[in-house]
Amino acid sequence: MSNYIGKPLSRVDGVAKVTGKAKYAAEFDAPDLAYGYVVSSTITKGRITHIDTSEALSLPGVLSVITHENRPKIAWLDMSYKDQDAPPGSPFRPLRDNKISYSGQPIALVVAETFELARYAASLIRVDYREAPHETNLDTNLHRARKPKSGLASLLKPPPPKPRGNFDEVYAASSAKVEGRYSHSPEHHNPMEMFASTVVYEKDDKLTIYDKTQGAQNSQLYVTQAFNMSFSDVRVISPFVGGAFGSGLRPQYQLFLAVMAARELKRSVRVTLTRQQMFTFGHRPATIQNIALGADSTGKINAIYHDAVGETSQFEDYTEIVPTWSPMIYPAENVTLDYKIVPLDVFTPLDMRAPGGVTGVPAIETAIDEMAYELGIDPLELRLINYSDRNMAEDKPFSSKELRECFRQGAERFGWAKRNPQPGSMRDGRNLIGWGMSTGMWDANQMPARAEAVLTVNGKLRVTSATADIGTGTYTIMTQIAADTLGMPIEDVMFKLGDSDMPLAPIEGGSWTAATVGSAVKVVCEELGKKLFKLAQKVPGSPLAKAKWEDVEFADKHIRLKQNPVAAVSLQQAVDQNGGAAVWQKSTSLPAMMKQKNYARAAHSAVFVEVMVDEDLGTIRVTRAVSAIAGGKILNPKTARSQIIGGMVWGISKALEEESVMDHSIGRFMNHSLAEYHVPVNADIHDLDVIFVEEHDEIVNPLGVKGLGEIGIVGMPAAIANAVFHATGKRIRELPITLDKIL
Amino acid sequence: MQTTLPKQPVTRPAPRLVPTQPVTLTINGTPHQLQLAPWTSLLDALREYAHLTGTKKGCDHGQCGACTVLVNGKRINSCLTLAVMKEGDDIQTIEGLATGDPANPENLHPMQRAFIEHDAYQCGYCTPGQICSAVGLMNEGHAKSRSDIQELMSGNICRCGAYPHITDAIQEVMQQTPKNA
Repeated sequence: MSNYIGKPLSRVDGVAKVTGKAKYAAEFDAPDLAYGYVVSSTITKGRITHIDTSEALSLPGVLSVITHENRPKIAWLDMSYKDQDAPPGSPFRPLRDNKISYSGQPIALVVAETFELARYAASLIRVDYREAPHETNLDTNLHRARKPKSGLASLLKPPPPKPRGNFDEVYAASSAKVEGRYSHSPEHHNPMEMFASTVVYEKDDKLTIYDKTQGAQNSQLYVTQAFNMSFSDVRVISPFVGGAFGSGLRPQYQLFLAVMAARELKRSVRVTLTRQQMFTFGHRPATIQNIALGADSTGKINAIYHDAVGETSQFEDYTEIVPTWSPMIYPAENVTLDYKIVPLDVFTPLDMRAPGGVTGVPAIETAIDEMAYELGIDPLELRLINYSDRNMAEDKPFSSKELRECFRQGAERFGWAKRNPQPGSMRDGRNLIGWGMSTGMWDANQMPARAEAVLTVNGKLRVTSATADIGTGTYTIMTQIAADTLGMPIEDVMFKLGDSDMPLAPIEGGSWTAATVGSAVKVVCEELGKKLFKLAQKVPGSPLAKAKWEDVEFADKHIRLKQNPVAAVSLQQAVDQNGGAAVWQKSTSLPAMMKQKNYARAAHSAVFVEVMVDEDLGTIRVTRAVSAIAGGKILNPKTARSQIIGGMVWGISKALEEESVMDHSIGRFMNHSLAEYHVPVNADIHDLDVIFVEEHDEIVNPLGVKGLGEIGIVGMPAAIANAVFHATGKRIRELPITLDKIL
Repeated sequence: MQTTLPKQPVTRPAPRLVPTQPVTLTINGTPHQLQLAPWTSLLDALREYAHLTGTKKGCDHGQCGACTVLVNGKRINSCLTLAVMKEGDDIQTIEGLATGDPANPENLHPMQRAFIEHDAYQCGYCTPGQICSAVGLMNEGHAKSRSDIQELMSGNICRCGAYPHITDAIQEVMQQTPKNA
């Protein structure tokens, strides 16, 4: 046993990232590579009546223009386009026919010898449309809200539980009541790397595809089905992903178009989307929520009403878990929840960092702050009065929940006790100061996964699983887990990911990768260890010959007796015993359903925020924030802190900056660039502090981890909105809180 | 209000391609002879023609800073620069910051080492631009305080939100470096 787990190790892929050696999807070269450029629809709904590609095709070096009119045959059934994250409905098929379903829909791919030529030729495509009226405004279409269809995806995103108790009666009789309508605009993930696929055309029509994805095997599945190819003819590789935040959970249309072009031209093709085209696929859906809370005079919340209506496309029913967070956090006896969707002429929304969680939790946590003012109780005190060790949405106890300790440590670090509750009571010159807080929560899930471990003939350990590292630190923590399990120095351990040829792993999302792939790595290394132990026993004169598995441990590249560490066989000796061959093992890790089923499993956070609001200009700065996180075991405090800081920055962004602004008269997102789609820059981010309150949890998974990808963002928006109220006395329930809403 | 745009411009010149020409770019001290059209940006020349993909494309519009490189020691957005304009200039990319084999940490540029040490990245995509920008920032010599660094690094977006660690890394390197070095 070495001791890497829990240590703040620098990333194992750090050198690759700071030297430019880390290669992303658009950076793999191929002989005779051609470049594809996507032409996007300029209308939102209707039909293409005519498409003229002649001028583009007349240019020397333009190889092909593929449109719905000349595209090769593709799979017929909807089923063939379903990826692992497809919601119920009919997946969008690029170039299927002349129908336009949303603004920016890809309508042609120009392929040319160079990128510049493809881009220029794309500008020469002439398209005539017959427009049809569109609907893109959630607010004016609420009357069309309906229940979503259920499908496979509903397993992970169940509808809200049935009503409990009698909300109407108890609410009416409550001594304190608050009611509010909460909303936010659509948002786009906008990872720094734009979506790209480099499709390398190999001999015998095989394809090697470098794709930007959160699941190489998901992209492989999609390509094999849509193009009726066998798994052995399609390999998808994705060693580095330049951010994704959920946008890579589904294959995006550049993959389909690049594969189609490569097969048609029998040539390698790269298609990279433009930043503008990054606004033409999945996004966080605009959502409108209504909340009513009823409490007694002691602050006990007895009645909760929470409904939500989100947007979806006309072709798929995308859903999120939104109102269900209320009873997951607060144990009221009388609860009524509702969730509906409205199909609009937009692309299907897509999971974006803490999908549903950072929609529902900020709404309920703002309402709780409103209740605190209604009752004249400190917001932290009110949360402690309504603290629960049970998740009342499932009516199960939490496997662990150190939120109380997060409240205590976070409040102390922040200095919450010094807060004057009166809005507008704290100032620094022209700046109004506000202090706000919020709870955060996110599921701790585990999925099945496989991994392979090989001890090479020269005593190095190589572990693989087809997962992804989107900046989360997967490479590093898996290396730590493997090294510790087999008692090896980290330099001798290599973890590889992002290749569809590797053992099966689910798409990387939902904060489940550390738990899911980490457990598989642990299991496969343990099982490899058993093989090595058997070999070690056969080494001539082995001091372990009569030892039992329970009696040995792995340390310093040796297998040794726990009671007598001198009795040891080196891993090199063990592998030498294998007749000149490496020792390998492939294993599956499954969630311990019987152990988990009686418990609710979640990470929690307590967030405290200070804002300064310029009284004259209405500008808002988050001057400091403290997030205390109860996220199970922390495998690597350095990468873990980065994940939480990143989540906090996203929270600031969601609360104050980012929104995709739709001009409903033309049905198009107007601010489709990084200059106009505002995300924080360095100067927007000030003092961010992270506290990890460790939890010991043997139920959640063998490693006791809960995942940290989403919990950092969830609590931030309400803490900021509540701080803005404390500073200004203005309750803004519509995110982002831009200065026009303050003035 | 319904505006009616003409379906076709009244007269449109026939599309015509400008021929390519030989261009020699000095990248990280090494001359690269490339055959480029005048419309090729320095960014595309680096990535697609010189096959130096360490310099990243994040927007192609000068809005994100991922493509930052150093030209004669000065940081620029390579996506807003045509390659043909940079003949005879000293172009430095992320690939040229380390001296010798980067596998040995001793060979890394102090800024690269500081980024690793402070975990000043997550996905790594904006990182080469951030590092080149930070080196350019130090060459400029205007940043005196932490808030100066933050302001002057605000042309480089990091969507993962690694800003506090990026600033820590730069601050550390600035403190280590003698004023007139």
